Amino acid sequence: MAEFEPQIIAFCCNWCTYAAADLAGTSRVQYPANVRIVRVMCSGMVNPIYVLKAFEGGTDGVLIAGCHLSDCHYIDGPTKCDEAVEKMRKTLHVLGLEDGRLRREMVAASEGVFFAKVIREMVEELKKLGPSPFKTKMEAPA
Amino acid sequence: MSEVTLEIDGKKVTAEEGTTILEAARCAGIEIPTLCYHRALSPYGGCRICTVEIFRGRRSRLVTSCVYPAEDGLVVNTKSDNVIRDRKVLIELMLAKAPKAKAIQDLAREYGIKETRFKTEDPDNLCILCGMCARVCEERVGVSAINFVGRGVERDVKTPYQGTVDIDFDVCIACGSCASICPTGAIKLEDITAKKPAPILSEFEMGLDSRAPIYIPFPQAIPNVATLDRSQCVHFATGKCRICEEICGADAINFEQEDEVIEIEVGTIIVATGYDQFDPSVIPQYGYRRYDNVITGLEFERLSCAAGPTEGKILLKDGRQPESVALVHCVGSRDQNYHEYCSRVCCMYALKYAHLAKELAGADVYQFYIDMRCFGEGYEEFYKRCSEEGVNFIRGKVAKVTDEAITDEEKGKLIVVSEDTLLGKMVRVPVDMVVLCSALEARSDAEDVAKLLTINRRADGFFLERHVKLDPVATPTDGVFIAGCCEAPRDIPDTVAQAEATAGKALSLISKGTVTLEAAISTIDESICHGCGRCEEICTFSAPKVADKDGKLVSSINEALCKGCGSCAVVCPTGAVSIRHFTQDEILAQVSALTEAK
Repeated sequence: MAEFEPQIIAFCCNWCTYAAADLAGTSRVQYPANVRIVRVMCSGMVNPIYVLKAFEGGTDGVLIAGCHLSDCHYIDGPTKCDEAVEKMRKTLHVLGLEDGRLRREMVAASEGVFFAKVIREMVEELKKLGPSPFKTKMEAPA
Repeated sequence: MSEVTLEIDGKKVTAEEGTTILEAARCAGIEIPTLCYHRALSPYGGCRICTVEIFRGRRSRLVTSCVYPAEDGLVVNTKSDNVIRDRKVLIELMLAKAPKAKAIQDLAREYGIKETRFKTEDPDNLCILCGMCARVCEERVGVSAINFVGRGVERDVKTPYQGTVDIDFDVCIACGSCASICPTGAIKLEDITAKKPAPILSEFEMGLDSRAPIYIPFPQAIPNVATLDRSQCVHFATGKCRICEEICGADAINFEQEDEVIEIEVGTIIVATGYDQFDPSVIPQYGYRRYDNVITGLEFERLSCAAGPTEGKILLKDGRQPESVALVHCVGSRDQNYHEYCSRVCCMYALKYAHLAKELAGADVYQFYIDMRCFGEGYEEFYKRCSEEGVNFIRGKVAKVTDEAITDEEKGKLIVVSEDTLLGKMVRVPVDMVVLCSALEARSDAEDVAKLLTINRRADGFFLERHVKLDPVATPTDGVFIAGCCEAPRDIPDTVAQAEATAGKALSLISKGTVTLEAAISTIDESICHGCGRCEEICTFSAPKVADKDGKLVSSINEALCKGCGSCAVVCPTGAVSIRHFTQDEILAQVSALTEAK
């Protein structure tokens, strides 16, 4: 059996992390291809529905990444995001999803290498956690 | 008020009714000597040196001009033989009373009196009992801490029951008016009160000089007008005084003036709020405020200024010229314990001070630096010039400044203890003066300003530009620009360049007259909006506003303010808010597509 390859959906802020991912690419920093990036204008605009939808669809992990606290294009987006993530964690806990499946990071536009590191770490952790329980349940009847 | 016409020394003089002869004469430019008269005090007629001769018909009288009213048709002679004879006797009497008073000696010389015929009781006495001190204290200060006591030959100026009763009657506020108004220097504040007068330290002179409660903030102040310090003004303390009001020829003093809020509608705002100086007393080992001659760079700047408190002389606190000066770089900057950033201007001003200390005081100069950062045009050349002038450069961070001498050479000096990293050993340098090149830091009220204008601050507290390279004077809020040290420490050429850039940016907006909006901003579906106001609460830019529309509460977005961050869409309970190009449906579709694609 092939090794389990987790799928990560990353919500990246247009100004910092999306640029960091771009930088990682143009600098040819190697990182696992398990991540799918959704560009948002600000980490503060990530609606919990998007995260739930991603897990519902069977993704193994979600990353929400944006600017550092004092670096936000919209002044306090990261703070709003942190508050929302705290609430999301509670909901995910009730749903039986492990804490490690939702990751919140601050990656500045210049931190391409750090972005790659975050993805590597996440893939490693998700491999340990195994496939999302939602996916296995949905796939079980087949 | 009706006017009266009188003749003084053969000159026709018109004066308002109720004025005294003295005032009428002074208005006409005729000088009458006085000792107990002051225009801010009620006339007293005590010294009688202002005696003049008045004529009515064939009768003449000698009167004191400071209290005698100017009357219609009066003929006055201020220099008649009778007047001069009378004054001479008065001067002789006062000379006997206060032989050492300079004001009396001057008068005596003027009237050709060499010595007094009267007996001198107390050769050290200075008081001539003019009563100015008592009057100013009662009438103007409103405290009445001193007054006359005794009668006849025992008359004296004293505080209540001075020395006779063991009760504290010290009502004096140590304002010093009595001592400053005394014509002979008889009044000494320390005789009146045990309280020490606290000079009001001038903010502009970095506390190296004092100022009056009413003052012009600094030379070249804009606007160049006086301001009144309510916390120090005697009028606001006792309700009296108002001397400045009477003295001011322009009638500009207004005690009733209050702060007022003026609202101006503008399209652009330039923030140029500057910086605060890092307080070096936070670093106890440098001894600032503990040792007199440890000063900050700004204090040295005032000392070296020709218009400053020492008129450009570099002086120690005891008035000596320093023989050696140490300049300590990076005080509170490039230091993990305080500020990690480089304060940028210190290296260059330290070089300037080194040059000035050599030129103005002929002192030996020691620079204690981490790195010399001479980055601008002509700066490296100036560094070289200072090196050639014989400034000593010691590479190392100063460990402490102390006055504990271990050799005879160090006695009575401040010793700067530092590592010399080029020699690889500790050095102790005895100097007379230590100048701390204190860091520039963000203003203490920067947070309030940032909140007010919805602009951002870096971790070090300075305001954040929109983009460090591509948009260095703009902020996240359109139309708000930043310039100068409120954004980061910078020197004068950089500040001027930035200020011009900011002015240009502001002008380009003004001349265009319109603003281009972001495309991806919030929209509200009014048909499902409840008007709950959560979007209004969360928005940093105050873009959404809930208002009544056709009898229903709905939110609407001010498109000029909205930046499109999307936080309102997250909190909206009905999904009425969405961001153009980032609607909920669009993102959910992306997420579904990505999860299904596997």
